[in-house]
Amino acid sequence: MRSDARRRPRIAVFKFASCDGCQLSLLDAEDQLLDLSGAFDIRYFPEASSRMLRGPYDIALVEGSITTHADADRIHKVRRLARTLIALGACATSGGIQSLRNWQDVGAMVRAVYPTPGYIATLATSTPISDHVPVDVELRGCPISKDLLLETLAALLAGRRPNLPAYSVCIECKRRGQVCLLVGADEPCLGPVTQAGCGAICPGFGRGCYGCFGPMESANVTALVAGLRERGLHGDVIVRLLRGFNAWSWPFRSGGDEAARAAAADEAAGDGPTGGGATAPAGGGAR
Amino acid sequence: MTRPRTVTVDLLARVEGEGGIHIRMEGREVAEARVRIFEPPRLFEAFLRGRHFMEVPDIVARICGICPVAYQMSSIHALEAILGVTVHPGVRALRRLLYCAEWIESHALHVYMLHAPDFLEYPDAIAMARDHPGVVAQGLELKKTGNDLMTLIGGREIHPVSACVGGFYKVPETAALRAFAARLRRARAIAVDTALWARALQFPDFDQDHEMVALRHPDEYPLNEGRVVSSRALDIAVDEYEDHFVERHAAWSNALHSSVRSRGAYVVGPLARYNLNFDRLGPVVRDLARECGALPPLTNPFKGIVVRALELVWACDEALSIIAAWEPPPEPRVRCAPRAGAGRACTEAPRGILFHYYALDDAELVTAARIVPPTAQNLRSMEEDLTRIAPRYATAPLDELARRCEQAVRNYDPCISCATHALTVTVERRPA
Repeated sequence: MRSDARRRPRIAVFKFASCDGCQLSLLDAEDQLLDLSGAFDIRYFPEASSRMLRGPYDIALVEGSITTHADADRIHKVRRLARTLIALGACATSGGIQSLRNWQDVGAMVRAVYPTPGYIATLATSTPISDHVPVDVELRGCPISKDLLLETLAALLAGRRPNLPAYSVCIECKRRGQVCLLVGADEPCLGPVTQAGCGAICPGFGRGCYGCFGPMESANVTALVAGLRERGLHGDVIVRLLRGFNAWSWPFRSGGDEAARAAAADEAAGDGPTGGGATAPAGGGAR
Repeated sequence: MTRPRTVTVDLLARVEGEGGIHIRMEGREVAEARVRIFEPPRLFEAFLRGRHFMEVPDIVARICGICPVAYQMSSIHALEAILGVTVHPGVRALRRLLYCAEWIESHALHVYMLHAPDFLEYPDAIAMARDHPGVVAQGLELKKTGNDLMTLIGGREIHPVSACVGGFYKVPETAALRAFAARLRRARAIAVDTALWARALQFPDFDQDHEMVALRHPDEYPLNEGRVVSSRALDIAVDEYEDHFVERHAAWSNALHSSVRSRGAYVVGPLARYNLNFDRLGPVVRDLARECGALPPLTNPFKGIVVRALELVWACDEALSIIAAWEPPPEPRVRCAPRAGAGRACTEAPRGILFHYYALDDAELVTAARIVPPTAQNLRSMEEDLTRIAPRYATAPLDELARRCEQAVRNYDPCISCATHALTVTVERRPA
């Protein structure tokens, strides 16, 4: 960004299939918003402004996953317009909760929701931005951490790499001095395999981590699945735990599939029901 | 001028999610007015099947980053109806407090950042801040107060993690809640200023005869429960909702359009709530309403900004009284014994009633789900308003016409992420 030292970086915000929450994080930075608008030239942010200026842009913030043919084309246009592309949140970095369709018959799902399915054009899968175009920075989370978004923008202004955590939620949980739910309360928790960034909020509320920041680098999901099974957790419960807001990202995806195979094998062996009656649901629960 | 003209103004700005407006004019008449929703369908109702009931509030929160609490609340109440759960009054109070926090955050966002720029003719709140720094600073402080209260109760402002079927995973420290009262008192003062500021805005003369639908509670301004009532004498239990409201699927939309059976378009949201529950607002807010010249019936959708400001005052007051009377429940949540069945609930999201239906099997898993968000219920009324507003600007420059049409849609604070998703304004003009 050196050659543009005297020019404010031009920024644009684009939305694909998502809830709007990640781009709302920018507006939720109430204390920094006006400073941000001084430091950056916000040229395209439809949720906030009716001033929509054409690219190219220095930075594109992209929220949401790719679920339609039109969006699969549009993301290539966005990539061509932007020097740096930042994928925001679980939808953009993993396909989001809507990637649950990837295991199902989308036609049947559309018929379940819409009375005139013929009006709906959708892809069979929900996929992350990086499946379609190169992504420069990925911010995890459902939603992203506002602080990590501000850190990333500050880093881009300074021309340095953003300082993003690469360790697990367990580290944040320990820093907060919280008792381990998995060991101490037998509560299913994805903390050991989930990337930090949220501040270990859920364990702080006495519930297991549901993995909304997605898998950390080199997460050993296989070991966690084995450990949960040893604790007597039914395979179906483990499948649901892994098939959440980052269901489609490796190794949550492979771990969930593995657990599904194990659950099917248990069932074939006549081992118990598939429901949650005697076992805990994902996210800590009714036990 | 004999050549037909088609003009496209891009994406509808300052709404949540992506959609468009298409208006075809023949001379001074509107031949067709459509709110197009091209936000991609995410199919929540389909993938909820087979999920455990405890997962539902966290999953449905992801329908909308602006009003996740509304989704959590409607789902929790519907599921508790199936499971036969009765919660402690402390849990009920904390749910109302969490909901007040979301109303404050969401209404402040709409009033100051999405809607005010329409009235003051700025592209956005940031540009507005150059000429009206005090106004924007107030709006941001109000919004931050709502968000910080959400964080205090729910761990974060977007997709909070504390609410669950049966109560809360954990309730906040009493001292922390009490300490927050000072922030709310400041927010309340800002909300009063907001109402007095909003009343002085210029409103087009645009009274509409929409049927208004809201919840009504025996003693409270509606939030978590009540009967579904309308300005045309509808008065039903939430369980009867599906007998009286129908959804239609239009070819131009990825959202379903709702209507009152055998009547048609209706309006939900602040205006409807206010008109149908003015007597529940309490004397102080009612006096302020009088001072703002905003006594019901208020039928001009452009005045929604005044009503949102009055609801901001109410939400701050309500939050303050909940905190003043706060006594933590003996247990944060009650455990739910499994029970198969079906249940419904309606709560007042910031944008209006949000209906949820679920069926559970005896393994505690969801077998069916149906969600009717407020924006889907308002779509037909938005289209009717477009039909009536566009002719007034038939001869105006096209950008003026498009701007007025956009504003008419923004009156409803549409949340397209909720209704499914992108708004493009297309104005097509043909000679009569």
